[in-house]
Amino acid sequence: MNVELFLFYAFATLAIGSALLVVSLKNIARALFLFFVVLFAMAGLYLFALADFVAITQIMVYVGGVLILLLFAFMLSNKELLNDLQQTTGSLFSLPTWKVLPLILAFLGIMIYGIIEWQQSTPAWMTTAIQNNTVIKSTDNNIHQLGIKFMTQYVLPFEVISIFLMMALIGASHLSRKDLQK
Amino acid sequence: MITLTHFLVVSACIFCIGLYAVLAKKNAIMILVGIELMINAAILNFVAFGKYDKINYGGQIFALFAIVLAAAAVAVGLAIILNVYRYYKTVNPDQIRELKD
Repeated sequence: MNVELFLFYAFATLAIGSALLVVSLKNIARALFLFFVVLFAMAGLYLFALADFVAITQIMVYVGGVLILLLFAFMLSNKELLNDLQQTTGSLFSLPTWKVLPLILAFLGIMIYGIIEWQQSTPAWMTTAIQNNTVIKSTDNNIHQLGIKFMTQYVLPFEVISIFLMMALIGASHLSRKDLQK
Repeated sequence: MITLTHFLVVSACIFCIGLYAVLAKKNAIMILVGIELMINAAILNFVAFGKYDKINYGGQIFALFAIVLAAAAVAVGLAIILNVYRYYKTVNPDQIRELKD
């Protein structure tokens, strides 16, 4: 077993194991800090798909921004920590565990079956890419290429998403302001 | 040699864990964490397939777009959760029963 495969399996088990712990822990603060580990392990997995810039962006945006926001929201709604264990029944969401687990396992089974079925025939665009040798290699300068693509081929989605992000941030700060009229 | 199947299986597992969090959790913040896990699984798929697309770099670029969209969704979602908490004094979606003022 070579080092690359070993590291991939290490990152994969780290990601899946800590994700399982995140959803099974009762203490939300601990779960959020474990979510940190999941995001780092996922960034490591992106590196194995030769997407270095996506991995760095994942660390900067998720760990630096999203996780801090989640921790803030958790600490501002801290009263929930006390009555977290209370039982509620009868609703669409928050099904009991014995109902959710078979559902999730069935879904996982369907996905694995789909992957196995899909493996029988590789898509045409992938085989042509392998034949023409246009597969991303580890020696390529990805960030250079991504910058050129963002400013030429994908410039319209890039501008649209920047305006969308500004709208979302203005909306979020508008929603969370204090109401002074009342 | 790491094949595409490795990535697909890992991302299927992460997606199902996220789905479990969305379905089973009683706290709105943990539901948001579950949605983030599902988005991360989708990004892993994008990146794994994007390895075979050197001409357009479609997978990596849409992975970056998905990260930005997820960040915006979390910002707006947390603002809504905090407002709901201020109004109802709970973040349990079961106990939030009315939309009117």
